[in-house]
Amino acid sequence: MSKKITMPLTEKTIESLKAGDEVLLSGVIYTARDQAHKRMCEMLDKGESLPVPLAGEVLYYCGPAPRGKRIIGSCGPTTSGRMDPFTEPLLENGLKGMIGKGRRSSGVAGSIRRNKAVYFVTAGGAGAYLSAKVVSCECVAFEDLAAEAIYKLKIEEFPAIVAIDSKGDNIYDKY
Amino acid sequence: MSRKIDVSLITAKVAELFARANTELRPDVLEALRELYEKESIPNAKSMLGVLVENAGMAGKEKIAICQDTGISVVFLEIGMDVRLSGGSLKEAVDRGVEKAYSDNFFRMSVVPDPVLRENTGGNTPAVVHTDIVEGDGIAITVMPKGFGSENKGKIAMMNPTSRPEDIVAFCVGAVRDAGPDACPPYALGIGVGGTMETCALAAKKALLRPVSSVNPAPHLARLEKEIKQKTNSLGIGVMGLGGGSTVMGVCVEALPTHIAGLPVAVNVSCHALRSASGEI
Repeated sequence: MSKKITMPLTEKTIESLKAGDEVLLSGVIYTARDQAHKRMCEMLDKGESLPVPLAGEVLYYCGPAPRGKRIIGSCGPTTSGRMDPFTEPLLENGLKGMIGKGRRSSGVAGSIRRNKAVYFVTAGGAGAYLSAKVVSCECVAFEDLAAEAIYKLKIEEFPAIVAIDSKGDNIYDKY
Repeated sequence: MSRKIDVSLITAKVAELFARANTELRPDVLEALRELYEKESIPNAKSMLGVLVENAGMAGKEKIAICQDTGISVVFLEIGMDVRLSGGSLKEAVDRGVEKAYSDNFFRMSVVPDPVLRENTGGNTPAVVHTDIVEGDGIAITVMPKGFGSENKGKIAMMNPTSRPEDIVAFCVGAVRDAGPDACPPYALGIGVGGTMETCALAAKKALLRPVSSVNPAPHLARLEKEIKQKTNSLGIGVMGLGGGSTVMGVCVEALPTHIAGLPVAVNVSCHALRSASGEI
């Protein structure tokens, strides 16, 4: 039975989530993948403020297909590990959740635990299915990056699994 | 007698095939996913396999991309030696077909012409084109949109000629172990054995065009396929890394003549959304 979770994630909600839990996520999330991560970290290095305040927010590692006549095109997760080198600064700046697919580095896993955050995985390669869980989509930053821009998505009952919880328990530890 | 073919026909066929490949999952792949679904005993993994089958149905019905990563556009051309092409450049005709498919169908443009500067061309071009000249007066076209999450997990080894079949198996199993849950298992593995460094890698990619559950007719290669499949499915990675035995849905090995000093082995990993489509002119 999936737990229904509403964003923004509260401290209490995050604490209640355990690695392996199946969840249905509803509320606002922001897409960001390789180039958006690189830019955000460069901005933080320069002491600039981010185009989207990340405190308390959830990032989705996704570069959606163009919408056409739909709300959004196919929009599954991309491989999270490529975002590892950029993730700790974002967690230090208040990011509370991430949605992607696959393993994280030990550095990121430690930072998730220290910052009381959570990492979810969702159905990779099921972008058509997941697009039906998105009820609105709006580009909010880095528009020049096209698919790699930051999009604000409102999702409803978006299926995911807790992969790393705030205690540091990790479904991928066996590898 | 030569047959004159206008390259605009190639543009149209390439566009049609990419539209199909990105929205209609190959029947052999869908069948393999359904079989895994029936067999799966881990509840999380079974529901994930159910989602993948449902996803394929939705994509086909609504004509949207199976996966948002509609790949780098790989095109295999077999051009008959009695064909005389007219009306422009072959390469440009293929690229125009790719652009048409990707813009008409709202597929994601994922190609950057320069790997260092990384500016997007916005047309998913240039395509990666492999051309063979064959007998006859027709053109056979196969397109393969190749996602890069799984492409990133490919590996090649220039092994010693004295290596044993079990060494080949160990290398291929290692590639899957390293890929782990990151690249959307259940995987399909295309494996090239022999040749040179570049033809071995190409054979691995072409092996992914075989029906995913097919068996190489040569018994010694069929044995390799079987052993690699058994061993990778004992790694415990499973669907999306949720554990269980559904790590690899198919293994296709293709062999090439090679040199007495070497034994190249290449593994091209595909995610479960293994996509391709073929047609003829």
